[in-house]
Amino acid sequence: MAVPSGSAAELDGVDKSFGAVRALAGVSLALHNGECLGLVGHNGAGKSTLMNVLAGVLVPDAGRIAVGGTDLTGRFDAAAAHQAGVRCVFQELSLCPNLTVAENARIIHPAIRGIGWRRQARDLIEGQLDKVFPGHGIDPDTLVGDLSIARRQMVEIARAFSVTESPARVVILDEPTSSLDTVVAGQLLDFVRRYVSDGGACVLISHLLGEVLSAADRIAVMRDGGVVALDRASAFDRGSLVAAMGSVAEERGIEAAASKRASGAPVVRAKPKAQSDAVELIAHRGEVVGLAGLSGHGQTDLIVQVFEGSGGAEVSGAVALVAGDRQSDGVFPLWSIAENISIGSLRRFLSGLLLDRGGERTFAEDWRQKIGIRTPDVSAPILSLSGGNQQKALFARALGSAAEIVVMDDPMRGVDIGTKQEVYAMIRDEAAKGRTFLWYTTEMDELRNCDHVYVFRDGVIAADLARGEMTEEKVLHSSFRADA
Amino acid sequence: MTYLARIGRQPWLWAWIAALTVWLATALFTGGQGAAEVMSAATTFGAFFVIVALGQMFVITLGPGNVDLSIPATMTLAGTVAMKVMDGANAMIPVGFLLAVAVGLGVGAINYGLIRFLRIPPIIATLSSSFIFQSAAIWYNRGLRIKPPEALADFATAKILGVPVLAVVVVLLAVVMHFVLVRTVYGRGVIAIGQNQRAAHLAGVPVERTRATTYVMCAVFASCCGYVLGAFSGGAALNMGEEYLLSSIAVVVIGGTSVAGGYANVPGLWGAALFLFLLVTMLNTFGAGAGVRLVLTGLIIIAVIVAASGGRKRDG
Amino acid sequence: MIARVLTPRAIRSALPVIALAVILVAIFWLQPRTMSYFGLNLLLNLAIPIALATIAQMFILCVNDLDLSIGAFVSLVACITATWLHDSPLLGTLALAGLVLVYAGVGALIHLRNLPSIVVTLGMSFVWLGLAVLVLPTPGGKAPEWIRALMTLKPAYVPFPIIASVLIAGVVHFALMRSAYGTVLRGAGGNPKSLERAGWSMLKIKMTMFALAGFFGVLSGMALVGLTTSADANIALRYTLLSIAGVILGGGEFVGGRISPVGAVVGAIVLTLAGSFLSFLRLNPDWQIGAQGAILIIVLALRVLISRAEARP
Repeated sequence: MAVPSGSAAELDGVDKSFGAVRALAGVSLALHNGECLGLVGHNGAGKSTLMNVLAGVLVPDAGRIAVGGTDLTGRFDAAAAHQAGVRCVFQELSLCPNLTVAENARIIHPAIRGIGWRRQARDLIEGQLDKVFPGHGIDPDTLVGDLSIARRQMVEIARAFSVTESPARVVILDEPTSSLDTVVAGQLLDFVRRYVSDGGACVLISHLLGEVLSAADRIAVMRDGGVVALDRASAFDRGSLVAAMGSVAEERGIEAAASKRASGAPVVRAKPKAQSDAVELIAHRGEVVGLAGLSGHGQTDLIVQVFEGSGGAEVSGAVALVAGDRQSDGVFPLWSIAENISIGSLRRFLSGLLLDRGGERTFAEDWRQKIGIRTPDVSAPILSLSGGNQQKALFARALGSAAEIVVMDDPMRGVDIGTKQEVYAMIRDEAAKGRTFLWYTTEMDELRNCDHVYVFRDGVIAADLARGEMTEEKVLHSSFRADA
Repeated sequence: MTYLARIGRQPWLWAWIAALTVWLATALFTGGQGAAEVMSAATTFGAFFVIVALGQMFVITLGPGNVDLSIPATMTLAGTVAMKVMDGANAMIPVGFLLAVAVGLGVGAINYGLIRFLRIPPIIATLSSSFIFQSAAIWYNRGLRIKPPEALADFATAKILGVPVLAVVVVLLAVVMHFVLVRTVYGRGVIAIGQNQRAAHLAGVPVERTRATTYVMCAVFASCCGYVLGAFSGGAALNMGEEYLLSSIAVVVIGGTSVAGGYANVPGLWGAALFLFLLVTMLNTFGAGAGVRLVLTGLIIIAVIVAASGGRKRDG
Repeated sequence: MIARVLTPRAIRSALPVIALAVILVAIFWLQPRTMSYFGLNLLLNLAIPIALATIAQMFILCVNDLDLSIGAFVSLVACITATWLHDSPLLGTLALAGLVLVYAGVGALIHLRNLPSIVVTLGMSFVWLGLAVLVLPTPGGKAPEWIRALMTLKPAYVPFPIIASVLIAGVVHFALMRSAYGTVLRGAGGNPKSLERAGWSMLKIKMTMFALAGFFGVLSGMALVGLTTSADANIALRYTLLSIAGVILGGGEFVGGRISPVGAVVGAIVLTLAGSFLSFLRLNPDWQIGAQGAILIIVLALRVLISRAEARP
């Protein structure tokens, strides 16, 4: 069969910023018909943003987009992308849980209609499932909500490849195997090979480097919003990929500080729910303990476990939390800066039954100066602050409380570099005074502030590194599975 | 000057301006005759609205999906139980009051229990429990209207210098609740939960304890209102709570409290309660019937919620 | 085989039917005379308008909204039916069609301004009630002959209320659960974001669902007048709460587009029968609505227990 060659999709000089953060810095990337392009990179490198642009979900600030040789810049949205044949399997699943598998197929195929539509939809999705995952055992009449996560993901993948009116020209798979077992993941990769050999184009994002190396024709490595390496897959190996993903800055040696673990009982002991061996997270008084690894591998769950004292976590002392996802976990949007800070330690302002507002204000004002929140007035609304300054207010909330243990859930997302340095200094300072910090971070640099680092993968602690043995390469290696 | 600017941004102001406008319009129409009497009546009837709306406001402030639909049934149950037990005896007045409060505590505990332990959405939980409370009230006194103790009835209808005593008491209650809302740890917790329950939990707010307190408090206010209303209207009637279901929500919304939760204010309740009553009076004076009155009330509620949503359009 | 059928999930979805069977058996046992053509007719008559109102509520719940105005709306329809539709059918028909359009408009308003449906429909309930009072200030009016004739039909063998219930449940089930577009409408309750991503207009969907609710509200009011022969502005106010209870009792959920038309009709019938059951028990009729509340709580409690059993296989 003749393989159509030429361009399947083309991104040229694509730029995208979220506030002060430049997520994509003039990325150009071409995808050819009949190839599978692997896309790898560490957290925040810009992979997902780039793919959301290609899927029409995000509109870039600048740059051109072409699909199938047609320039679609300026009139590109989710519907246009779908029309042009771009299909996307997102990390958050986009099926309707209250509908059956077949009914979900119908949602993206308006062409299925009229009498007998149900059979058409059933045949379409079942046929596609058979093609991708032979022996899948999924009944197309089951409610999606009743399927396991793995099966939902299989349905989502099969649905993306299914074809009625518009072709499936470019299929984007964002971590498609994250909840599939090895057999099923193998089936998918085999199918991807068959699909591209028939002329389709595919982008594969995965943290399993072995998977990318074996399934992709070419591999693009992203870092800091740009493509830093792009070559045939055979030109890479595990080591060179990891090296390309890492920061260019020279590896600074970290001076091994005296361990604080020699004496005394730990103040925190916790274990991820999925951990089957004896490994557990331990923190001593005055320690800064880092939680590393790719985002979404169980760090936040453990942080919350420690905060709540649930899931068998042993915690001695009060705990305060610094949220990283400001909107959903941290900020109270209708309140002033002062109210946002004082909510963490309200009891301190009680005089009799009532809160002393003057005291509250003075307290917030103190912290404004101490942590450098850039605002003339702490009674201004919290939303009048930039993201970084809102984050400082959240730090002030936790540090201002009486808690001896502070847990932080990737708190530096979207924070500028100046603010970061100020906060790092403050954390080290507070630790020296005897406070204990658990610090989940997705940024390699921040781990250098930690006395001890636990690397997470697939919901469990995969590595336990003391300060002296921590290197970027070791963290990356443990974050990406060795056996895949 | 900044103080004035801040006052101008208070959402409760609009309810008060509306109430005042409607009152003046009525007074103009009648040439000032009876304006004082109208205001006096408005404060009396407004007081009943405000008692239940105080509780409803705290519940609604807890965030989307939180609303207490059992208020009317609770009022009826507390009113009938108290009236029957007091049986017109002045000596039993305190006992009756304690009983009414006990009914409120029980109702609140049941409502919260259904929400927490059976994981029933608050609307359905309070709806289904209200069916049972209503039945209990009917069964308990079989529709007999027992007169309230004389002293209690006198208190409920008493006026000093033309000012209803009851209104004064409820104004004081409102002041107390204002401080509870803005100056206590509990009030802060309620507002925090309404803005973002998860963030409140992660900031150390005892979410479940706060929610339980709120539902119980709302039920206690409803039962106190039933107790006083029974005394005021010469006995507890089985349908005495009926109009308070929708009105309690309407007063809260018109008063400037956010239905999405996380923002509440007490002064607006009084403004809205007076406004609703005065609107009815004005339309009556103008000769408009009940129909026009209801239609206007409805349109005003919708206008208020549309205006409050301001450009907060759906994105995308 | 039996183990396959008796999964917790199957039991849960059968709960409304089980409740119906239990209550019917109890009634038959207490009062064997009800087990006749006329007995059933009498027993189930009033379930028809309630079932229609419940279906209306179900459309709204399906897109994660709530309608607190349906009772007042049905009352208004009843008033219009007993007056305008009786006196000048054209005017009456136009008025009722206009009401359905207003319902669609309310849906559009809620969607476009992202308003809480509870408050908007609360406001609408005052509007409907006010209009009802304007149309029919004092109880009265007269049902149009043809509606009266339809509602008092005496088909051979099977009583009319049963046929009507089956018909209502069947038609709505087919339209919403089996048709291609019905699938999209339900998907809008399950994952609106993904629907918009696939190119469907949420505005159109919301308007359609609200219009459908208005249409079934109209049917409910007409059916009610056909039974009572005259109307009054407060005639159906309790339908608001009953309809919500009926949908939930029938296996529907508050969010996520999980609804069941057949369940909703069964739920409405169970709630209607609960009253009669008590009177046959010679228990106090005062407990009629209390029994409705208790049934609701029991069924919901059972559902929680079954879900827990499901979570721990």
